[in-house]
Amino acid sequence: MNIHEYQAKQLFAKFGLPVPHGIPCDTADEAAKAFEKLGKPLSVVKAQIHAGGRGKAGGVKLVRSAAEAREAAAGMLGKPLVTHQTGPEGRLVRKIYVEEGSDIDRELYVAIAVDRGSFAPVMMASAEGGMDIEELAETRPEAIVRERIHPSHGLLGFQLRNLTKQLGMTGPTAKAGMKVLAGLAKLFQELDCSLAEINPLIVTKSGDVVALDAKINFDSNAMFRHKDLLELRDLNEEDPKEVEASKFELNYIALDGTIGCMVNGAGLAMATMDVIQLKGGSPANFLDVGGGANEQQVTNAFKIILSDPNVQGVLINIFGGIMKCDTIAEGVIAAAREVELSVPLVVRLEGTNVEKGRALLQESGVKLETASSLDEAAEKIVAMTS
Amino acid sequence: MSILIDGNTKVITQGITGDAGKFHTLQAKAYGTHTVGGVTPGKGGQEVDGIPVFDSVREAVAATGATASVVYVPAPFTADAIMEAADAGIELVVAITEGVPVLDMTKVRDYLEGSNTRLIGPNCPGVITPVSGDSGCKIGIMPAYIHKPGNIGIVSRSGTLTYEAVWQVTSVGMGQTTCVGIGGDPVNGTNFIDVLSLFQDDPATEGIIMIGEIGGTAEEEAADFIKEKVTKPVVGFIAGATAPPGKRMGHAGAIISGGKGTAKEKKAAMASAGVYVVDTPSVMGERMREVMQG
Repeated sequence: MNIHEYQAKQLFAKFGLPVPHGIPCDTADEAAKAFEKLGKPLSVVKAQIHAGGRGKAGGVKLVRSAAEAREAAAGMLGKPLVTHQTGPEGRLVRKIYVEEGSDIDRELYVAIAVDRGSFAPVMMASAEGGMDIEELAETRPEAIVRERIHPSHGLLGFQLRNLTKQLGMTGPTAKAGMKVLAGLAKLFQELDCSLAEINPLIVTKSGDVVALDAKINFDSNAMFRHKDLLELRDLNEEDPKEVEASKFELNYIALDGTIGCMVNGAGLAMATMDVIQLKGGSPANFLDVGGGANEQQVTNAFKIILSDPNVQGVLINIFGGIMKCDTIAEGVIAAAREVELSVPLVVRLEGTNVEKGRALLQESGVKLETASSLDEAAEKIVAMTS
Repeated sequence: MSILIDGNTKVITQGITGDAGKFHTLQAKAYGTHTVGGVTPGKGGQEVDGIPVFDSVREAVAATGATASVVYVPAPFTADAIMEAADAGIELVVAITEGVPVLDMTKVRDYLEGSNTRLIGPNCPGVITPVSGDSGCKIGIMPAYIHKPGNIGIVSRSGTLTYEAVWQVTSVGMGQTTCVGIGGDPVNGTNFIDVLSLFQDDPATEGIIMIGEIGGTAEEEAADFIKEKVTKPVVGFIAGATAPPGKRMGHAGAIISGGKGTAKEKKAAMASAGVYVVDTPSVMGERMREVMQG
């Protein structure tokens, strides 16, 4: 689960990380008022969308008066912002954040993510902040310092000293820096983050350490113990089909192809997409109906797949294990009738009672093709839709 | 022969009174698994279809001599259940549960450090050594009937893709020594290298099918290991060639982040290690048969 920058900064403040004063706004008028309330000669108007690269795309503007703040906000609100992370259609800006300007001396980079190799969160820091960290990792990996955060003990004192030293911090700045890094590690572990990133973390001309940006992603699997954080979810930032699917515990991800697919199991669902492409088609979605592919699940899955106007055909690929193929076939038939399916359908069933299942499908009168292997199913649906 | 489990393995089920725990425990028992007990805190003294239920893993181990456990408890309690099993001296813990918080798993890994407990999963279908005669054992949710004893070892991050591989191997007239689902989470108990190493050392295993997916670098590390240590033929498939970057494809660990963990990189690494990489999962069994026949 992702949240907005202004929300992440509110959490930062709770964990003692210094952030600039700022006010979230929904209208241009509010932005003008916010500028006056902050009362600084320079403020920044920042578009709030769940995507990086806002600065280069015109989503971050320096303003020197209430009028400029109003103008900058009016230029962003209600319009899509296209960054290198949003895709060509961009993301509609519904909220902006007006924040006091900062007196930047140096820009640093700090982030925490779970490292699969060391089975723990790892803090990554670099004195070369503000730039694209992936590029830095590629070109100058030695410029990034790493410290493993112990799953139970957290980030320890000596690690904090090492990190701040590597970041070129001394004296009171180093002390302030350690507080920020320790706070970020604590936040990461206490709130079950999957990513926490400050880019840039700045040292001001007076030696203060301030989080100028904030990005937090949470582990969705841990949200059962953070009910308060669920309120920070912004459904506007998510694909409506994906939101709908999550209500039925279906794992759906929208893609830009034309062949809808419905599969049980995440690995098999990915493999089905791969084979559709291998046979010359393009998948419209990833959809895992889970282990218990009953009639209800299949009906809901059909509805979500067909709500995508690009879908020209549907491929169902189910390996019936515990759930028998005849039960699945009954579900598919009932669901196809209920949604009055109007595009070609290919069903590939394999597993327990497969003959019974195929016979049911063929006798049902529902217009569909059956296939015995995934390759054959993909070939058929590609031929029927091209 | 087999790896990890055989016909003598004594198994307990943690979460035996829940729907999934009960259903799959009885399926496993019907298949021939020595299911000697179950654990549900507060329900000690009860029975599930003749299987005694205990309040704790320690009590279950003391009464039954179990050396393996399977975990079906809900995700919020899975980490605790795994650590309880380790504390009680269980040698093999198979965690089926999906949706365990990743930071819980970092704590579990830390807890298991230096212990004699091997964890498989979480978020996995389990482990099976197909039954031949009176020897065999199924710990997990895989459909038993698709398996047949034979000489192929299977290791995979995905459940249903494992079933595909098993079914194909069986359909082309071969069978399996042991099939291990290592799970789709970013932090898990056992990785490809651990299982490949066991298969390499198992005289009954003559060929290996390895099924990976996007995300992380476990397949690349496995490829390095295969190049150096594995002399048996390996057929490989990687799911997710068409997955978009930055999106979690169902499994918590199946995500291309920062341009890393793509199917293309993984396939290239495996191919350069001498793995017979297939582009479609439909031919995993067929390719294995061809390779085995030379």
